Amino acid sequence: MSSLSIRHLLGLDGVPREDIQLILDSSDTFLEILDRPIKKVPTLQGKTVVNLFFENSTRTRVSFELAERRLSADVVNFAASSSSVSKGETLLDTARNIEAMKVDIIVMRHSAAGAGHFLSERCTSRFINAGDGSHEHPTQALLDMYTIRQKHASLEGLRVCIIGDIAHSRVAMSNIYGLLSMGAEVAVCGPSSMIPYRLEQLGVRVFSDIDEALRFSDVINVLRIQLERDAGANFPSVREYLNYFGITRRRLDKLGRDITILHPGPINRGVEIESEVADGPYSVILPQVTNGVAIRMAVLYLIGTSAE
Amino acid sequence: MTIKHHIIDEFGFDRMISRLVHEILERNQGMGDLAIIGLRTRGEFVARRLAERIAHIEGETPPLGVLDVTLYRDDLRQHLRQPEVRATDILFDITDKNILLVDDVLFTGRTVRSALDALMDIGRARTIQLVVLVDRGHRELPIRADFIGKNITTSRGEEIRVRLKEVDGVDAIDLVSTES
Repeated sequence: MSSLSIRHLLGLDGVPREDIQLILDSSDTFLEILDRPIKKVPTLQGKTVVNLFFENSTRTRVSFELAERRLSADVVNFAASSSSVSKGETLLDTARNIEAMKVDIIVMRHSAAGAGHFLSERCTSRFINAGDGSHEHPTQALLDMYTIRQKHASLEGLRVCIIGDIAHSRVAMSNIYGLLSMGAEVAVCGPSSMIPYRLEQLGVRVFSDIDEALRFSDVINVLRIQLERDAGANFPSVREYLNYFGITRRRLDKLGRDITILHPGPINRGVEIESEVADGPYSVILPQVTNGVAIRMAVLYLIGTSAE
Repeated sequence: MTIKHHIIDEFGFDRMISRLVHEILERNQGMGDLAIIGLRTRGEFVARRLAERIAHIEGETPPLGVLDVTLYRDDLRQHLRQPEVRATDILFDITDKNILLVDDVLFTGRTVRSALDALMDIGRARTIQLVVLVDRGHRELPIRADFIGKNITTSRGEEIRVRLKEVDGVDAIDLVSTES
């Protein structure tokens, strides 16, 4: 199989395993391009991609933009704060206006869950979700899975635990859908105020004890505690969080074996993860960032050149 | 698809590789800075055969790589069938090398055009020389091969089918008709 069955990438919920497999396999090619002296291929020449960001984001936008430019697409960045949204235009009107300028692909981030679904049913462009509320962030989960696969060859039967604020994390939800579909065993761990109740129904194990979670896992994905949001309301203090759920050198020493550590960034050093661990030998945090560009190139290629 | 003519069998195939290698070595005066890059899929295996034969004669194996030109194709934007993209695997620096670019059949020249663009992005080779098993004519671009196994005159309704042991279990070149 060489093309996707999906027209848009809105999330990983319900995406067939073959599609995920194809994206991961194609990314090898794009990763190789990033090591060339000329990091650019002419594949999306003449295509226009709009990065439509209704929420602030630097790294995801930069990663997408690099991926787009390295495929030779024309790129337009649209930030909601400086746009007509502040003048009261609806989401649909904004999207239709941009589309009227003849664009091919819209990469969108929005604070409302399902914003991409809503627009994809009413517009003609291809949509790629770059994060919608606390719903999904599919390219982040794909790059996480790709990074895990670099270390463990196969996701089948692999034990992956996501640690932190699961309830408010789009990264967590996309990872859960994607990993389950690829045959991994998935668990979560965090303060009970941050664990959504319906997870067991998906077949996800829930740990409240971090050491137990570490003993279960081949791989852990440590989420960022969003101090700037209302994270403080869900646990008493940052010190306490580090004590009960932080990934520390002492905990890993006690575990006494290898474990792969991912983090979607940006890191709060000394909150969810100790500096020493983040920079340590088990961490694949920087490879995640490099792989992110390759994964996004693969997604843009597969979505952008597929048959109508 | 019916076979109209068996052009080359296993023994002929082997002799063809031998002759190509001798021509290549003669014109390049030995293997000096020679490196071989095969185009996926069948060019890769032809490239491997050439490398083995060169090693047999010169006592040294030239660097060998594989190039996938999917991302450089000029028909991607026509939205027909989406080709599978596979990895390019060139683990040496091509700068200042004399590159032998290897494919099985030379037809319109469009694949070679894509390959040349891809190679320019990977590095600055001193020379690029094109090696093909069969030149069947019908060029759409000003491209020619430097080393040719066999020139075969074909019509548009015919095709050259190259089979290789590594992929197809047998070495053979046939002229087949695509009109049923």
